[in-house]
Amino acid sequence: MLELGISLELGCWSLELFLMNLPSFILKNALRNKRRALLSVLSVAMSLFLLVTLQVALRELTNPINDEGSSLRIIVRNKVSLAQPLPARQFQTLDRIPGIVAVTPFSFYGGLYKGDEKFTSFAQFAVDPERSLPLICDAKGVTKDQLDAWIADRTSCILGKMTADRYGLKVGDRMQFTGQIYPCDLELKIAGIYYGTADDRNLMFHQKYLDEAVGNPGTVGTWWLLAASIAEAPLVTDRINKAFANTSAEVRAESERAFVLGFVSMWANIKTLIGGISIVVVFALILVTVSTMSMAIRERFRELAILKAIGFKRRELFVLILAESFGLAMFGALIGAGGAWALFNNINIQKMTNGMFLMFEVTPQMLGMAFAVAALLGLLSALLPMINVARTSVVQGLKTLD
Amino acid sequence: MSANIVTIRNLSKIYQQGDINVTALDNISLDIAGGEFLSLMGPSGSGKSTLLHIIAGIDRPTNGECRVQDIDVAKLNESQLADWRNQNVGFVFQTFNLIPVLTAYENVELPLLLTRMNRAERRKQVETALEIVGLADRAKHLPKQLSGGQEQRVAIARALVTDPALVVADEPTGNLDSHSAQEVLGVLRTLSRDAGKTVIMVTHDPKAAAFGSRQIHLEKGELTK
Repeated sequence: MLELGISLELGCWSLELFLMNLPSFILKNALRNKRRALLSVLSVAMSLFLLVTLQVALRELTNPINDEGSSLRIIVRNKVSLAQPLPARQFQTLDRIPGIVAVTPFSFYGGLYKGDEKFTSFAQFAVDPERSLPLICDAKGVTKDQLDAWIADRTSCILGKMTADRYGLKVGDRMQFTGQIYPCDLELKIAGIYYGTADDRNLMFHQKYLDEAVGNPGTVGTWWLLAASIAEAPLVTDRINKAFANTSAEVRAESERAFVLGFVSMWANIKTLIGGISIVVVFALILVTVSTMSMAIRERFRELAILKAIGFKRRELFVLILAESFGLAMFGALIGAGGAWALFNNINIQKMTNGMFLMFEVTPQMLGMAFAVAALLGLLSALLPMINVARTSVVQGLKTLD
Repeated sequence: MSANIVTIRNLSKIYQQGDINVTALDNISLDIAGGEFLSLMGPSGSGKSTLLHIIAGIDRPTNGECRVQDIDVAKLNESQLADWRNQNVGFVFQTFNLIPVLTAYENVELPLLLTRMNRAERRKQVETALEIVGLADRAKHLPKQLSGGQEQRVAIARALVTDPALVVADEPTGNLDSHSAQEVLGVLRTLSRDAGKTVIMVTHDPKAAAFGSRQIHLEKGELTK
């Protein structure tokens, strides 16, 4: 008798052992048709890149400033409409309301900067420089001398660093604006360049200069106030609203955060649109990946039948199929979502979008969402092939390709 | 020859094709002894492959009993059958059916991935199996780098790597030239004669069937001799 020298140690099989033994097999299967694997991974990657980009853009467009200061700062506007001005005489009343640390006019000039042809992406606000200092105390980069110079010269302004960088402006330069809302053109001299605020794009200049330019109408756009504390802020807004109730210019006072959220609510359609596009992207992605995986498994039906014949059970075949589709989807997510993260972290989005987007930050939640979508994709695309494999007997599997 | 390893009694297999019942096997009774090299012959559609599939546990009879090593195979559930096949049956197919992306070594190793063997133990087992079929030096070759005869010998190595009592071969020489066929048949005969394996081979070819220690014929689902 020939001694084969073969003996099989039989024992309890475990999924862990199986998984330990299989990575190479799974990888080889996944890369069997390299072009298809590459295209599958790229389709997942591109779609998830788009999905993450949409989410980042949505967040950027709708996420209001959310620092402590935005809760302390209060905007007072005309109750009828933001476009309606407020009487300048309201200042005396506001200045006497308890809980207010500082109050300044805050008028949106909305001029067209000479360097821009159609659209100026930074806002210009007319304020009382001296009274506005507590409100812009988080601004850095402006020396005391520069602040004094700004306060002393009513044709001067302070400018956010982002805008200064964008147009290559420096202290001492002059900026010319064409009035779009107010019927006056302005020329402003840069007294200082600040950074470190929630929005380093804005320009601030003297309300008095604007008043002079439009013939002292005795109005302001809005009031900008600083409450003594976060606890005091809601009381202050209440007091202000009551103080001007039943006057010729009733007001609506709200925290800066609430004010910005009011703007955000106007983006509702954009949010729906981006949400809709995101769903379409994911759905299309699922269809493409399911189709690709089904094709890949259909081509291997005979092999799967052979594996069944030599002892592979359904669960092992499921593991093979799932690992392959999951692996491709996750690799796609790594390239797509990881690529978005790497790209947006390393490009100057402000410069690229002319200041439309400030941060364009890919948050951990967005990465989590992208990988969760990829995981779901891997699972769904494996489902149909798994059902087909489960339903097909070894003999049927062998016959289908004979 | 030792005691019967396969005992078949009153075995029938009827396929339903639409409204028509097709009888593939009709009341077959058969004994196959341990270490026997049985050649199953018959024309196309005679039921020989169906009989082989039932003995190997990849198909179930409609009626009757098929006991292999005293186990009624039809009574095992899917999971038990898979384990049973892994441990007791080696498969050799006409079209070799090797996994094209795996090397000869990896193809032979596949059934062992379902066992508790560690890498070193598997290596020893696979190398031995490849040596038996004379392909130790082709271990790292992909199927496409092997000739048909070599591919079939790799398939035989895969069939015997788990040391099964039973090796079933469905037209193992159907896709081979005569020289390669002789080699493959020689290996199967060695397995039966010298290693005590029970080999059941389905074939059309009388010359191939002559390698078996016994030949039986099927026609229209019935044993004729």
